[in-house]
Amino acid sequence: MSAAVSTAPRRAWSFRQPSVIPGFGLTLGFTLTYFSLIILIPLIALAVRSAGLGPEGFWKAATDARVLGSLRVSFVTALIAAGVNVVFGTLIAWCLVRYRFPGRRIFDAIIDLPFALPTAVAGIALTAIYAPNGTVGALFAPLGWRIAYTPAGIVIAMIFIGLPFVVRTIQPILEEVSHEVEEASATLGANRFQTIFHVILPSLMPAILTGFALAFARAVGEYGSIIFIAGNIPFVSEIAPLLIYIRLQEFNYVGATVIATVMLLISFAILFLINLIQAWSRRRYGYGN
Amino acid sequence: MATKLRARLKRRRSPTSESRPVQLLLIGISLLFMAIILVLPLYAVFHEALSKGIGTFFAALGEHDAQAAIRLTLLVAAIAVPLNVVFGLAASWAIAKFEFKGKAFLITLIDLPFSVSPVISGLVYVLLFGAGSFLGPFLKSYGIEVLFALPGIVLATIFVTFPFVARELIPLMQDQGTGDEEAALSLGANGLQTFWRVTLPNIKWGLLYGVLLCNARAMGEFGAVAVVSGKIRGQTTTMPLQVEMLYNEYNATAAFALASLLALLALVTLVLKSALEWRFGEEIAAGNH
Repeated sequence: MSAAVSTAPRRAWSFRQPSVIPGFGLTLGFTLTYFSLIILIPLIALAVRSAGLGPEGFWKAATDARVLGSLRVSFVTALIAAGVNVVFGTLIAWCLVRYRFPGRRIFDAIIDLPFALPTAVAGIALTAIYAPNGTVGALFAPLGWRIAYTPAGIVIAMIFIGLPFVVRTIQPILEEVSHEVEEASATLGANRFQTIFHVILPSLMPAILTGFALAFARAVGEYGSIIFIAGNIPFVSEIAPLLIYIRLQEFNYVGATVIATVMLLISFAILFLINLIQAWSRRRYGYGN
Repeated sequence: MATKLRARLKRRRSPTSESRPVQLLLIGISLLFMAIILVLPLYAVFHEALSKGIGTFFAALGEHDAQAAIRLTLLVAAIAVPLNVVFGLAASWAIAKFEFKGKAFLITLIDLPFSVSPVISGLVYVLLFGAGSFLGPFLKSYGIEVLFALPGIVLATIFVTFPFVARELIPLMQDQGTGDEEAALSLGANGLQTFWRVTLPNIKWGLLYGVLLCNARAMGEFGAVAVVSGKIRGQTTTMPLQVEMLYNEYNATAAFALASLLALLALVTLVLKSALEWRFGEEIAAGNH
């Protein structure tokens, strides 16, 4: 057996339960080695670079006006996009689970398109549509509204990449919600509206919150689909990942590292929040994935 | 059964469903939203690619740099995907077939790359191998280039596609338990035989599902690869990067021609993925939450 097993203290508690199946040391050893080489060591390198700045240096770089501006753009647009996705994602999940209509399976499959379509392709396609001479952009141009090359374009791209996270989180839960509670609610005199808003939606709340957090986290980090449509004007439509990229092009590794560290800390906080929601939902409703 | 019951209730305008006009309205809103957000961009890619005729389309694909980009993308995926498959098999074997301390934490760690912005996934390797690092100059003295070369692109691709196979296989193998393997071992099979003849056939469709998603992301990755590639024309530009370069040079038709190949890949991925879900839903269900 390899190092993974032998490092465990012997009698006090056992690192693993006995099993007749072979290969534990080999597979866990490989898993941990591969994980360390690909993910852990590079992330530690980032943390070390950041720490090397000292608290004051880090604070000074992190509160640079352009950095704060890009973080604000990223977080505000991601919040709006995740909000839109929650409303329409819940509605889409509802229709796909509860109603039967022609083409339902095809639309169900298309939900995953943003997972499969490379972000750069989505980016140039969305730009072509929402540019002032594009299919949708041309409808708004006479009104003086510009979508592409403004923060509105960023929101559109973020809606595109975030939608499947919301739908795919809510769908399986909605399938599990028992019909009996709705019947009970109706029997007790609730109208349909009351049943939906007081019975069904509250039990979907953990899934909706998780979907929101996932869509938000993805939108904040997104780069490829946004940079084409954003216009990339500092303080207006420059997102934080783009500023990291720009700093790297300038060989300003310190600047890039600081923005990356701030973003990582925030995404880990979101990840922690998602785990909390799911733990809470397992206790409260007995499900969570 | 539930659907049958619902169908019967619906005929009487059930109190646990909406009236058909309301249903149609909600379905209409959902489909309109999906058509604008998801279908329109997909259509736009092919429309723009073919806007100057089929001749221009093929001429763009036949260009030397485009060909080099296609070859590089295939090569990167051919290295990154198998490595992540081996990792996914090892990790799911260790996690699903054994009980050990810290397992839940390890599962969370494996998902970590999903909450890291792609640009940051590239940045960590720049910090690890770039100028001012310890490793970069050391490897360079042996003539090994990591950044702005194939190894860097492969590393960044592995980072962003790291969880795909493992997260598909872990819940699936956990669901299947260890009974089959224990039976094979007690009948005299050795570990490798057990894996090849018992475990692998049990998980093959789930594995294929994971490979499909992993490959789509590997071939389409943009942000992480953009940071480490250096974008040397004809040498370190993958297809998505080539799309960006052509687009920024106002060569939109060529950009969309190459993008349409990636969109085609996305469509094939979606079709195969849906086919797997419909045909082998139960055999991959555990991983398909």
